[in-house]
Amino acid sequence: MSEMPVRDIQLPTPGQTVGPFFRYGLEFEGSELLVAPDSTGAVRLYGRVLDGAGEPVPDALIEIWQTDASGAIPTAEGSLHRSDAFTGWGRVHSGDDGGYAFTTVEPGTGFFAVVVFARGLLDRLHTRIYLPEQPDDALLATLDAEERATLVARRTPHGLEHDIRLQGELETVFLAFG
Amino acid sequence: MTELTQAAISAEIAAEHARYDARVAGGAERLDAPLLDFAPYRSSVLRHPTKNPRLVDPETIELASPAFGHLDVAAVESDLTVQHAGEPLGERIVVTGRVLDGEGRPVRHQLVEVWQANSSGRYIHQRDQHPAPLDPNFTGAGRCITDADGGYRFTTIKPGAYPWKNHVNAWRPAHIHFSVFGSAFTQRLVTQMYFPGDPLFPLDPIYQSIADPAARERLVAAYDHDTSKPEWSLGYRWDIVLTGSRATWFEPEGSEL
Repeated sequence: MSEMPVRDIQLPTPGQTVGPFFRYGLEFEGSELLVAPDSTGAVRLYGRVLDGAGEPVPDALIEIWQTDASGAIPTAEGSLHRSDAFTGWGRVHSGDDGGYAFTTVEPGTGFFAVVVFARGLLDRLHTRIYLPEQPDDALLATLDAEERATLVARRTPHGLEHDIRLQGELETVFLAFG
Repeated sequence: MTELTQAAISAEIAAEHARYDARVAGGAERLDAPLLDFAPYRSSVLRHPTKNPRLVDPETIELASPAFGHLDVAAVESDLTVQHAGEPLGERIVVTGRVLDGEGRPVRHQLVEVWQANSSGRYIHQRDQHPAPLDPNFTGAGRCITDADGGYRFTTIKPGAYPWKNHVNAWRPAHIHFSVFGSAFTQRLVTQMYFPGDPLFPLDPIYQSIADPAARERLVAAYDHDTSKPEWSLGYRWDIVLTGSRATWFEPEGSEL
């Protein structure tokens, strides 16, 4: 099966919070620009990160990982020093208003894989952001309307809008992988 | 207003651990991940989900991982002691190890990012204003790409303990933050590596948010004399194992505990 010999079962390394002071360690220019804003098919994916009191989370880090518009999984390197190659991965630091924004293309698979980190959040959270038109999806089919709304972006004149709520009534549906 | 003391936080930590131990004794699965709902770390109170995560099969993109390589990271970025005109102050160390998956296979050619306080426990971040000196010769951020064996290696300065405002006289054990990518996006991990024998371990609500003692200890590097270099640097080894997000972090539905 695998080309490497299987050594032994390894126990997982636990996560820890990204902490308060991660920006200088994790930022790089263009991290949120998966494509150039003036390129064909470019769309803004934006929203806010909110806590259990509905207050903005100004010290969150969000990453997306996605296919290209045709649904192909990107294999190009170069996310940290972007060229014309589409790498499919981006990172953004939330602002004082909890806001975040990526510039990217709409993934052919209909959803963005998303991971969220923040001060106060002891481990990363996985979720997805679906395009509004996403019709039949195995995960969405298992959710009620309110839960589904926490995973599906809204199309606005500015692009795709989607808030992430860490806690509370409209808490985002987060994922564990089987 | 009464001061929130270490004794009060330590009592809360003990109570959380007792709850965890009772659940495990009652047949619940041991947890490798931290408890997200862990009030001794006060900032977590409004920032943890209250619903169980939805268990899904990873699909397409989630089974792959972004590609990073030498287009992204220059070799010099793994040495945090050569980023400025002069040498940083503190104890020079090498931290090395391997990034593996749950079957022990190397995670090759993937991005590892680190950031840390300087030897005085001060972060260069503008919001860290505690009265310890900045070091003009130390930023405290580095990157590398794992080699064909999953290996990584950083040269840096041993960070100092860091005071914070969770409670009165709160100090974080010395740590280096790690951000790691696996062979699938489900394995994405951000964590902290600690140093052996730190007396602050029992007092620290972030470290103690991992209720399982064996899991906690997996965040502690080992001193490795073979990695130490004569008259130059001390060596630490720390392997990182990425198995993906399968933890059930929350209270079982309807649990009385």
